[in-house]
Amino acid sequence: MSLRLDISPQLLIIRDPLEFQLLEKQMTTSYLSGIFGASPVRPLQKHMEKVIDCVAEFKPFVDAMLAEDQDEQDRRHLMIIERENEADLLKKELRLHLPKSLFMPVDRRDVLEVLAFQDRVAGGVRSAAGLIIGRRMNFPEPLRDAFRALVVRCTDACHSAYSAICQLDELIETGFGPNEIELVNAKLQELDDIEQDTDEQQVSLRQQLFELESGIPPVDVIFLYDIISKTGGIADRAQRVGSRFQLMLAK
Amino acid sequence: MEFSIWYLVLAAAFGLFMAWGIGANDVANAMATSVGARALTLKQAIVVAAIFEFAGAFLAGGNVTATIRKGIIDATPISGNPEILIFGMLAALLAAGTWLLIASHRGWPVSTTHSIIGAIVGFAVVGIGAHSVQWGQVGQIAISWIISPMLSGVMAFLLFMSVQKLILDTDDPLGKARRYVPLYIFLVGFVMALVTLVKGLSHVGIEVTTAQTYLLAIGAGLITMTIGIWGISRIQTVEIEEDESRFTTVEKIFGILMIFTACGMAFAHGSNDVANAVGPVAAVVSIVSSGEVAQQSPLATWVLLLGAIGIVVGLSTYGWRVIKTVGRKITELTPSRGFAAELATATTVVLASGTGIPISTTHTLVGAVLGVGMARGIGALNLGVVGKIMLSWVVTLPAGGILAVIFFYILKAIFSS
Repeated sequence: MSLRLDISPQLLIIRDPLEFQLLEKQMTTSYLSGIFGASPVRPLQKHMEKVIDCVAEFKPFVDAMLAEDQDEQDRRHLMIIERENEADLLKKELRLHLPKSLFMPVDRRDVLEVLAFQDRVAGGVRSAAGLIIGRRMNFPEPLRDAFRALVVRCTDACHSAYSAICQLDELIETGFGPNEIELVNAKLQELDDIEQDTDEQQVSLRQQLFELESGIPPVDVIFLYDIISKTGGIADRAQRVGSRFQLMLAK
Repeated sequence: MEFSIWYLVLAAAFGLFMAWGIGANDVANAMATSVGARALTLKQAIVVAAIFEFAGAFLAGGNVTATIRKGIIDATPISGNPEILIFGMLAALLAAGTWLLIASHRGWPVSTTHSIIGAIVGFAVVGIGAHSVQWGQVGQIAISWIISPMLSGVMAFLLFMSVQKLILDTDDPLGKARRYVPLYIFLVGFVMALVTLVKGLSHVGIEVTTAQTYLLAIGAGLITMTIGIWGISRIQTVEIEEDESRFTTVEKIFGILMIFTACGMAFAHGSNDVANAVGPVAAVVSIVSSGEVAQQSPLATWVLLLGAIGIVVGLSTYGWRVIKTVGRKITELTPSRGFAAELATATTVVLASGTGIPISTTHTLVGAVLGVGMARGIGALNLGVVGKIMLSWVVTLPAGGILAVIFFYILKAIFSS
């Protein structure tokens, strides 16, 4: 984790697509090495890493909001936007440079779709944070702890999806053996459970909000509901990454 | 014949040049997979390649040499004019060598075997006549070029599937690797020894019965297995650190296995590809020494030796550089994959050598790599490159043939005046 911060984001973005280009060049020097295409596995995992970086900024952002520390909140918001942009760039690079001629143990379309789903997680974080910043929103005192708990659980869901994606290289190492797939499925089950939790948390948050509705300006109420569902949406999107990933393995 | 000495000198020089080229370029493809998988260091790879290429060429290279020497052309129509065959063989060597030089320079994936066969057939059609080509034999060779990558592909697929079932996809891959890898090592020693004994050794003057053959092959397998077990026992289980795959130590054990398959690979390559250089030389030598084209005389041992030395010289002067560059780029091939590809290739090639069929080692290796890919074992394969290889297969034959015809007329003009 600490190592990653030392490397400039540009380096991370460029390194993998360059690998693809280099390989195209190598075809002219040795066809035996040219036959090995650049595997999309590392770039896919690296993209998810970036998404997780983005997600990791959300909790401090919400903490700052709940602590009513506007400067810190603005700073974290900028970080979220930056991380989301980086993930987006990485996504575009991978899309552009994934050669059509590659023969891979996973389907090319699966790779691109998992990538798109991963990217949507970062997008979800950005849109929830954007809404909060845009209206300078905050939760009423009684709801704060419950909302913080929801954010933590959503972050957990993203980490769970990430740890499943991290198994992809081991899956390839074992040649997609049934045992290893079982392991990944267990991780995805855990992700489903977490998502289930966040659903329940949302229900109870809405209930509490409903009880307080009369004391809050109506427009704020509407947007508080919106923030709750947007935040819960992050876990939804993480779960969708997992489902799409599972589909990729079911071949 | 008035230019006898000249013919011999030219044949030896061209043959040496060709063998040098094989050592410099082809061996790299055979050994680079081992270096890329970090099973061998560059120095170790060169030593292994030198020893086993030499052994393969010298011990088991006779059959393929015989095919190239006299299996492709039926020389009876020119029995009164043996010099035509001499010019033809010299031209074929020169053509194949030149074509390889051009192709390597431009980065085209061509095969030494295809070049020399194309060149010999090309010369025979123009220099003697289409009826002089033994089309049945040539057809067989051409079919083997399609079958050999497929065979090695299927073999690699099955080998890798067995590795996956027995070792990789289990609860204790490390323990299973320690238990089963020695069996694969046995297989390497057994197959290499068996094919060599059955098909190769007669020209060195060693005759063995079938029962002896199997006993000796099993013995060779057991010896290699013992060495392998010793090597594996020296590998300590490394504590799995964070970020590190739990397969690191497992791959190290496969690395030991891959040392053996690399030896087999070098041996197989030597046994098949030395003929590309020395086959035509042997033809020239036998015509010059007997004065007739019938070629009844046995293969002169010094010719095989010449080819074997040429390969080793090529390897040590230039080949190491190619191994280094190619090996560095094949990092995707971990030892558990590399061994499956190499063992399948070596077995296929050594089988073909025993039967006397010249096949392309590199194409066979590509077929094996595709086989592992089919078993979902490799992250990504570039099918565009595979297509290019197939295309070069078609282009090399006429290219070698046309060049051979040109050189044939030049040589004829020089020596006939």
